[in-house]
Amino acid sequence: MNRIESKNLQVYFGDNHILKGITTEIPKNTVTALIGPSGCGKSTFLRTLNRMNDLIPNFKKEGEVLLDGDDIYSPRLDVADLRKKVGMVFQKPNPFPKSIFENVAYGLKIHGHDDKEFIAQKVEESLKSAALWNEVEDKLDNSALGLSGGQQQRLCIARTIATNPEVILMDEPCSALDPISTTKIEDLIQKLKKEYTIIIVTHNMQQATRVSKYTSFFLHGEIVESNFTDKIFVEPKEQKTEDYITGRFG
Amino acid sequence: MGFSKIIPPKIAQKIMNGVFIASGIVTLLILVLILGYILVKGLPAFNLEFIFGNPIDSGKEGGIFPMIVSSLYVTLIAGLIATPFGVGAGVYMVEYANNNRIVRLIRFGAETLASIPSIVFGLFGLAFFVVFLHLGWSILSGGLVLAIMALPTIFQVSEVTISSIPNSYREGSLGLGATKWQTIYKVVLPAAIPGIVTGVILGMTRAISEAAAVMFSVGASIQTPISIFDPGRPLPLHLYMLATEGISLEKAFGTAAVLVILVLIITIVTNLVVDRYQRKIMGK
Repeated sequence: MNRIESKNLQVYFGDNHILKGITTEIPKNTVTALIGPSGCGKSTFLRTLNRMNDLIPNFKKEGEVLLDGDDIYSPRLDVADLRKKVGMVFQKPNPFPKSIFENVAYGLKIHGHDDKEFIAQKVEESLKSAALWNEVEDKLDNSALGLSGGQQQRLCIARTIATNPEVILMDEPCSALDPISTTKIEDLIQKLKKEYTIIIVTHNMQQATRVSKYTSFFLHGEIVESNFTDKIFVEPKEQKTEDYITGRFG
Repeated sequence: MGFSKIIPPKIAQKIMNGVFIASGIVTLLILVLILGYILVKGLPAFNLEFIFGNPIDSGKEGGIFPMIVSSLYVTLIAGLIATPFGVGAGVYMVEYANNNRIVRLIRFGAETLASIPSIVFGLFGLAFFVVFLHLGWSILSGGLVLAIMALPTIFQVSEVTISSIPNSYREGSLGLGATKWQTIYKVVLPAAIPGIVTGVILGMTRAISEAAAVMFSVGASIQTPISIFDPGRPLPLHLYMLATEGISLEKAFGTAAVLVILVLIITIVTNLVVDRYQRKIMGK
């Protein structure tokens, strides 16, 4: 079953035509990687899936994006509800200047949970799922900004899964991290894919092959090719895909 | 520029090092000199009766307790009134206003407001709050005038602080499904608190030091004000009267010393509290 479908999606920022007719399907409980050179529109596509682009003043879109069959740009839909279902992990770890506990509890609190026991239990669960609990269990009241970059990014993942999303969008989540932290996040993605639909934008093609089942190759605002990851990297159908993955440009 | 042709760069560097160090020292010296002078001249007037007593014979004898209360009272009222508006306007400028002309107009308004001489505010306070709104000579009238004076400072500092909060915090919050208000209230403002508090204190120390702005609005009563509708006499005004009416120069310096010490206490205590908070949220 396909969790997300986009049909002839066009995105403009003012006069710039960024996405030129994206039609694709993203299956449930798998990891889909979006690859392509800088400026190809992969991050923009990712950010249309939780309507983060709405924050940009001259953003305009045509076409449809469906989540479980429902148009996420429907005027009847509440953007906050959508973003609760479609969580996001950003390129640079961005924990709030609050305690570790408060960072993970934040999503629960803004969605109206005030039962302290429930929140504490959920915080622990989320930190365990994000493979961070053992490192922070005795300093939950310390500021999240005192953690290392890799820990901060796992905290952001814990913060995202605390609100029980269905989809997690990851925008180059390892690009600001060292190799060891990167490995930890990649292991985490493997673990999380059983429960979540994960879409990851990456510049690192080895990472795409390591973590994803499907890959879409973006170029100049279009999808050149989408396929199983082990197909696309071994026998790409398009010349442009081959040129990119063999490092001839990008 | 040809500068390096006349003076070799290494020597120019040494000269400039000296110039900058000297500038720093001069600034510090002026502060120490003024503070020292006021404290030395003012301390002889200091005793428990001076701080906690009522003035006798127009202030020639006795203490300045009602003036200390008046000062703190008008400043507190000013802070309570100006802070929500100043911070609110700062939030509006950064988080809501996307029309550049309105933003520029508001900013221009605040800058102009900040540069109006305080005596003009005083006159406006007399005409508007005291007479037109029938608030009379009162702590409330004085507090309102000082609120208007503190507003631009609080607003400007709030705007700068809020706009310096990284967008990644806002995206993180919105990305979790928070509304714009939740994001502002729970993430942006708490992160901006150290800067905002600094702005509020800057505005309030300006307010507590004002004589001209309050002389037409708060009255000159030497009774300790109880209600906000009572008249009062803040320290700077008392100091002005003691000095200009030739009542007692010794008491004038004593009053000045109390005023300076009050400002120092307010500044140092808030700095300590803000520092602690900052270290806590930033994990240092």
